Amino acid sequence: MATAVSVSGLVKRYGRTVALDGLDLRVEAGEVHGFLGPNGAGKTTTIRILLGLLRADRGQVSLLGGDPWSDAVDLHRRLAYVPGDVNLWPNLTGGEAIDLLARLRGGLDKRRRAELLERFDLDPTKKGRAYSKGNRQKVALIAALASDVELLLLDEPTAGLDPLMEVVFQDYIKHAKAAGKTVLLSSHILAQVEKLCDKISIIRLGKVVQSGTLVELRHLTRTTIEANTTQAVTGLDGLPGVHDVEAEDHRVRFAVDGEHLDGAVRALSQFGIRSLTSQPPTLEELMLRHYGDDLRGDDLRSDDLRGDEVRADGGAGVH
Amino acid sequence: MTTITATKAPAPAHRAAGGNALTGTGTLVRFNLRRDRIRIPAWLAGITLVQVGGAASYPGLYPTEADRLQQATIVGDNPAMKAMTGPGHGIENYTYGAMMTNEYLGFMVIFVALMSVFMVVRHTRTEEETGRAELLRASVIGRRAHLTAALATAALTNLALGLLIAAGMGGLGIESVDWPGSFVFGAAFAVVGLVFAGIAAVTAQFTEYGRAASGMAGALIGVAYLVRAIGDVGDNALSWLSPIGWAQASAPYVDDNWWPIGLALVVTAALVTAAFALSGRRDFGAGLRAARTSAPAASASLGTPQGFAWRLQRSGVIWWGVAMFLFGLSYGSAVEVIEDYAGNTAIRELTESIGGATLTESWLSMVISLLAIICTIFATIAALRPRREETSGRAETVLATALSRTRWVATHVVIAMAGGLGMLLVAGIGLGLGAAAGSGDAGFFWEVLGAALAYAPALWVTAALAVAAFGIVPRATGLAWALVGYAIFVVYLGGLLDLPGWMLDLSPYTHIPRMPADEFTAIPLVILTVIAAGLVAIGLLGFRRRDLEAT
Repeated sequence: MATAVSVSGLVKRYGRTVALDGLDLRVEAGEVHGFLGPNGAGKTTTIRILLGLLRADRGQVSLLGGDPWSDAVDLHRRLAYVPGDVNLWPNLTGGEAIDLLARLRGGLDKRRRAELLERFDLDPTKKGRAYSKGNRQKVALIAALASDVELLLLDEPTAGLDPLMEVVFQDYIKHAKAAGKTVLLSSHILAQVEKLCDKISIIRLGKVVQSGTLVELRHLTRTTIEANTTQAVTGLDGLPGVHDVEAEDHRVRFAVDGEHLDGAVRALSQFGIRSLTSQPPTLEELMLRHYGDDLRGDDLRSDDLRGDEVRADGGAGVH
Repeated sequence: MTTITATKAPAPAHRAAGGNALTGTGTLVRFNLRRDRIRIPAWLAGITLVQVGGAASYPGLYPTEADRLQQATIVGDNPAMKAMTGPGHGIENYTYGAMMTNEYLGFMVIFVALMSVFMVVRHTRTEEETGRAELLRASVIGRRAHLTAALATAALTNLALGLLIAAGMGGLGIESVDWPGSFVFGAAFAVVGLVFAGIAAVTAQFTEYGRAASGMAGALIGVAYLVRAIGDVGDNALSWLSPIGWAQASAPYVDDNWWPIGLALVVTAALVTAAFALSGRRDFGAGLRAARTSAPAASASLGTPQGFAWRLQRSGVIWWGVAMFLFGLSYGSAVEVIEDYAGNTAIRELTESIGGATLTESWLSMVISLLAIICTIFATIAALRPRREETSGRAETVLATALSRTRWVATHVVIAMAGGLGMLLVAGIGLGLGAAAGSGDAGFFWEVLGAALAYAPALWVTAALAVAAFGIVPRATGLAWALVGYAIFVVYLGGLLDLPGWMLDLSPYTHIPRMPADEFTAIPLVILTVIAAGLVAIGLLGFRRRDLEAT
């Protein structure tokens, strides 16, 4: 399988600020790749370099087999881009903007355009100024999805869309995947990434800190087990990889690292399991583990900050 | 009475609601001043330095009374100079003070007006358009606080400017530039600023876009200057329709009239009242006209890169074209009056001995150079359109398609250069038609048209500098405006001050043959065109190599 995006050792500085600090990223053709990270981690900078809008200071970048800076125009015929913050021309209608963007890219499928307008429930006769954020986002999405391209670069594409539209979006991404297209989806909506993506890269402070399939990444984190047992559970604390044990009469709750799950469940079974629920780690927990690292050293405020982060992420997921 | 008040309990609440409309104004004024902490001092310092520095140089330029008398003849009896300067207050006893009133006041207040227009629009409509005002309005800020605070900021700035000018002029200690006159002089500056702050407050209610609001108010500054020019040349009441005319009617250092200052204040009050009434009739963020729906799909031409650039700039081209035609036509029709001046043999001999051209010809040459610079303002705005697209984040979406950077910029360069030529053409047609009709000599039409088009290379160089700056140092696109400002300075003051040759030569406009007064020469035009092409090439190459700046 060919590689759609291949980035290694990418560095981008703005004056003294280091936006990307040796970033590596691989997206295989035909996969939907989630690009996760907090605000300011470098997701947008990476995508702009992939688009040839910014020039990398160091590192190798290859996009659809070409160089994003020098082959920009030819590559752009084969990809579509949706920015996270869409600005439209105040004197152009949404319909005109869709046609314009698609034609500059090389044309669009009229039937598909009509279908997308209907599914996304967008009125194409309004001028750019009159659209809400969500509707501006739809304009860019429709222009991208109506084009027949190999690669979709989507930078937080559903920010501002309502949950119904989010479902429509997910449908189209699944279609795109079925049609063999490659998608790089930058997001901090974890539910979206969990549903859509084959592979995930987590970026933080300009570096990819984890990359792999969701299953692979789950191995890196802890499963939460809750069980009712016939006898009171003792001695779990001493097992390798077991954390946060809360035992109370015949109920027990603990977290266990992926590679020690087997040992923990064996130990538990000696006490006679009546019922057992296991919760796979959510991406929230994955993210928290990566972004929580910094916070642990910070004794006084760590709890507050953690709480904030959970709320912020959870909030983003709900919208 | 007491019972009525007692039974109508909601009355105090209602009154409180009315009072609340201004809540937070003081905070907003401080906020505005904080945001403009560089801009305001820069404008004030710039205007004061040019004015006071210019005044300080006059005793050296015209040391004797004989020098001043000769200047009085040039300025007072020549219609071309009258149109540029003013009606000629105190021309019979042309003191340094009278020179300031006549040669500086009408010109300098244009910048005061521009400063006020930009300031009011920036703090009202632009804030609404960008959504920043929404954030503030959702806090404890009254409905009228934004407009009130913007006007208060403008009022404070203009007051400070008036005092600075008065102190600067009075402090020079030049004979006849006395303190009472300096206060009238400073007040004249301040009230022009106030009137245009009021005008901008009104235009900001009409349109949803900050740029359109400042465009309308800016066009009215042009109209105010034009109207007083025609009124002054024809020596008629037309000048009284112009706020700039009022400033000149106060005749500082000559008559020290305060009542035109009072008239300006009354008009300001009326404009401010109108602005508040209009703002009460519209929704937040909306204009006075309801938003219309339009084409659901793009026409065939919009899909091409050039068609796209044309679509974005179309309305600008049309409005500028109409305005340039009318400007040309009005100045051209003044030829009729000029011919009357020419009946005066003394003046005819004087002007013909200077330039070897007729009075009408030198008038037309002067007007053409002025119109050419105004056309350049259009070309520079058009050439800087890619920068606006870039900073608004829209360029990112477009450049992520198969449109190359060079092609994208080039489409806008085409509009700037061809559009600029088109502006010269319509301004020339307007002026030529006016001149031919006014003088009854159809030959003027072709002469004037050719003379106007000859300015194209100078216009191209200026717009090309904007392109080069965009490509290499995008944050310094103001450079192009500096050249436009410098060209205006040279055209306006080059004839009045004895500027050294190299200073005149820095302006591309100096190298254009001033037809119909002068003969046509092709070489400077060719050289300027080559320079323009070089600058465009630098800009296009530079933009290919740099990062796109995103929001």
